[in-house]
Amino acid sequence: MSNIKKRLLKEKIAKVAMQLSGITITGSLFFIIGTILYKGLPYLSWEMISQSPQGGFYIGKEGGILNAILGSLYLATCSTMLATLIGIPISIFLNIYVKSGTFLERSCKLLFDVLFGIPSIVYGAIAFSIMVWVGIRASLLGGIITITLLTIPIVVRTIDELLKTIPVDLKHVTFSLGATRWELAKIFLKYIKPGIFTAILLAFGRAIGDVAGVLLTTGFSDNLPKYIDEPAATLPLAIFFQLSSPIPEVQGRAYASALVLTFIILIIVICTHLLASKQQKHKI
Amino acid sequence: MNWRLIKDKLIQRSFATLLALSLIVIVLILLGLSFKSLPLLRAESFGAILTESVWSPLNGSFGFLPFIMGTIWVTFISLIISVPLCILASAYLVEYAGEALRRMVLPLVNVLAAIPPVLYGVWGVLFVVPFLSQYVAPIVGAETTGYTVFAGGIVLAVMIFPIMVSIMVEVLQTIPYELKAASLSLGATKWETIVKVILVKAKPGLIAAIVLGISRAFGETIAVLMVCGNIPQIPKSFFDAGYPLPALIANNFGEMMSIPLYDSALMFAALLLFVLIFGFNLISRLILNRLEGKS
Amino acid sequence: MNASIPHIQIKDLNVTIEGKRILKNINLSIPNNSITSLIGPSGCGKTTLLKTLNRLVDDTKGVEITGSVLVNGEDIYAKDAEVTHIRKKMGLLSQKPFPLPMSIFDNVAYGPRIHGEKNKQVLAQIVETQLRNVGLWHEVKDRLEASATRLSIGQQQRLCLARGLAVKPEIILGDESTSALDPVSTQTIENLLIELKQDYTIVLVTHILRQARRVSDYIIFVYDGEIIEFGKTDDVLLNPQHEITQQYVKGFIS
Repeated sequence: MSNIKKRLLKEKIAKVAMQLSGITITGSLFFIIGTILYKGLPYLSWEMISQSPQGGFYIGKEGGILNAILGSLYLATCSTMLATLIGIPISIFLNIYVKSGTFLERSCKLLFDVLFGIPSIVYGAIAFSIMVWVGIRASLLGGIITITLLTIPIVVRTIDELLKTIPVDLKHVTFSLGATRWELAKIFLKYIKPGIFTAILLAFGRAIGDVAGVLLTTGFSDNLPKYIDEPAATLPLAIFFQLSSPIPEVQGRAYASALVLTFIILIIVICTHLLASKQQKHKI
Repeated sequence: MNWRLIKDKLIQRSFATLLALSLIVIVLILLGLSFKSLPLLRAESFGAILTESVWSPLNGSFGFLPFIMGTIWVTFISLIISVPLCILASAYLVEYAGEALRRMVLPLVNVLAAIPPVLYGVWGVLFVVPFLSQYVAPIVGAETTGYTVFAGGIVLAVMIFPIMVSIMVEVLQTIPYELKAASLSLGATKWETIVKVILVKAKPGLIAAIVLGISRAFGETIAVLMVCGNIPQIPKSFFDAGYPLPALIANNFGEMMSIPLYDSALMFAALLLFVLIFGFNLISRLILNRLEGKS
Repeated sequence: MNASIPHIQIKDLNVTIEGKRILKNINLSIPNNSITSLIGPSGCGKTTLLKTLNRLVDDTKGVEITGSVLVNGEDIYAKDAEVTHIRKKMGLLSQKPFPLPMSIFDNVAYGPRIHGEKNKQVLAQIVETQLRNVGLWHEVKDRLEASATRLSIGQQQRLCLARGLAVKPEIILGDESTSALDPVSTQTIENLLIELKQDYTIVLVTHILRQARRVSDYIIFVYDGEIIEFGKTDDVLLNPQHEITQQYVKGFIS
C-alpha cells in the first residue's frame, strides 16, 4: 500500500476508535441509570415511599423507605445550609478582602482545592474518633457535622470559580465610586446569584449521596428521624445495607432507595443546567 | 465614625475568623490522625507496617501491604481502562466533533460525576460482578465469584471518566490553532497531527488530569468496597479479590474498640490516605496552575 | 516544469463564512518563480485568500467554497483531491513562528518523516541542507537535539521556513510572516525569500507597503473580498489605476 493510503487508513481506524471511546464513556451513564431503573421500578410504589420498614430493616418484609428518604433530606438540607453559610464568607474573604497574589491568598486557595479531593472516609474516620472521645453516639447531628465539613471545600471552590468569571473592571469601577469591600461583595454576590444556587445544588447532591461520611457517624434506624441526637437512616446506607439481603423484599427496598436517590440527583442536575443557562443572560 | 467603614471592618474580622477556624480544623485533623497513629508506630516500625503482608489484628500483626497492594491494583486496572478511552474521546471531542456534539456530550459526562458512588456500587453488583464471573472469566479460564479487583477497577474507571475527560478537553482546547496549522500545512493528516503535535504539547495537562484521576481512584471507598471481595490478601491476578485501603477503614470501625492497637491502625490508614491524596492533588493543581499562568 | 502553465490559477472563487461573503469572484493567475504580495486593509479577505491556496480554509467553521484553484493545472478543490498531498506542495510561514514541540532536528525532519522517509542519513542530509538554506546551520549545528522553543523568535521563524522547505514544496505562502520579528530578523527573512524565488513561486500577505515594495515582483490589491488591482509592484504602488487603490497607497506615495 502506498504511503499515503497507509496513513489515511490509520486515520480512519483511529477515528473509529475515538468514536467508540466516546460512545463507551457517554453510554456508561445511560447504562448505569438504566440498570437502576430496571431493577428499581418494579419496587416503586406508594407504600414504598410513604412508610418505614416494618419488622426490622434487615429482615422485615413489609414497609418502605420513608425513614431513609426523610433522614437523607434532613441531613443534606442542614449540612448544605451550614456549609453555604460558612463557605460563602470564606470565599468572599479570600477573593475580596485578601490582596490577590499574596502568599496567603494563593496558599489558602490551593489548600481548599486540595481539601476538595479528600475522600469522605477520612472525614468520617476523624469525626467518629472525635465522637467517641467526646462521648456522642452515632446520630443525625454527627452526620450533619461530618457532611458539613466535607461540603465546605466544595462551596468555597465553586464560589471561587464563579468569582473568577467577574470582569476585573467591575471591581475597579465599584471601588472608584468609594464603595467598601463589603459593598463590593454584595454586588459580586448579586452578579453570580444563579451560580450560587448551582453551588448549593452541587453541595446538596454531594451531601445526599455520601456513604462513607455517614457510615460511622449517623448510624441507621428503622424509625423516622425525630431527634437530632438519635441515629437516622439515609438513602445511601439503606442501599448499602439492604442490597445483599437474601430476602427479596429487603433487596427491593434497596433498589427502590437507589431509584429515589437517582431521581433526586437527576432533578438536581437538571436544575443546575437550567440555572447555568440563566447565568449567561446577565453576563457583561 | 462612618458606619459603613465599621461594618466593613467587622465583616472582615468575622470572615477572617471563619477562615482561620477552618484552617485550624484542618491542622487539628492532621494532628489528630498522627496522634492516634502513634501507638501503632511505636509498636512497630514504619517500614515494617508498610511491607508486612499479614493482617491479623487479633494476633497483633498489622501488615498494611495487602491493602496498599489492593489499592494499587484497583487503581492500576482503572487507569488501564480509562486513560486510553479518555484521551481518545477527548481528542475526538476537541478535534473532530462539532460544537453541537460537544455541547451535548460534555454535560452528559458531567452527570456521571454527580452520581453518588453508592449507585456505582449498585451497578457494579448488579452488572459487573455477574458479567465477570459468567462471561469474562470462562473465556480466560479463571474461576471467580466476580468480586474481584477487576470489578473494582472497572467501576472505578467509569467513576473517573468525568474528571479526566473534562480536564483533558479543557487542556486540548488551549492548543493554539496555528500549531495544528503548521503541522497540517506540511501535509500531515489530522490524526498524525494529533499524535505527534497536539498530544505532545498537551502532555503536562494530560498528566495532571491523570494524576487527579488517580487521587480520585485512591480515595473511592464505597463503590469499590461493594465489588472487590474484601479479602485481606495481596492480589496476584485480575480475578483475585482485593481490599483497598479506604475499604479497610470503612469496614472495620465497629470492631476496633475491642482489639488493642486496632483503632490506631485504622487511624494510620486514614492518615496514609490523607497524605497520599493530598500529595497527588497538590502536584496536579500545581501543574494545572502553571499551565493556566502560561497561556 | 512547463513554464507556460501558470503555477497557480484561481477561477471564479467564492468563499462564504457563516453566511458572510468573504471572497467574491476571484479570478487570477499567480506568476511563476516570483514574489507576489497581497495587500489591502484588514478584514478584506487577503488572509482567507491565502488559506484557500493550501486548503487550510477548510477548517474554518461554517465555510462554503465554490470555484476552483488550479495548481499545475489540477483543481485542488476537486471532489477526489487529496488534501495532504496538496498541502505538501505548499509551504506555509505563519505570522508568529510555531515550532513543533520537539527538537530542532525533529522539527525540520517532521515533514519528510511523515511522508515516509525513514533513512537516518537521508534525514540528516535534508536537515542540514535546509538549515543551511535559511542560514541557521552555523548557529544550531551543535545543538540539534535541543528543544526548538529555546531559539530566539527570529531563529524560530527561520526554522519554520526550513521546516516548510524540507517537504520540497513548489509554492511558499507567507502570512505576515515578519510582523512578529525585529528589523534584523525581518531583513534576513526578506533576503531569504528573494533568493528562494528562483526555485519557488511565493505568495505573501503583508500590511507593510514598504516591505511589499522591497520584496515583491507583483502586487495584488484586495478590497472587500474583491481583486481591485493586479500588476507589477511599482505600477500598482506608484501609479495605481483605481481610486480605492490610490486611497490605500496614498500614505506610501506622498
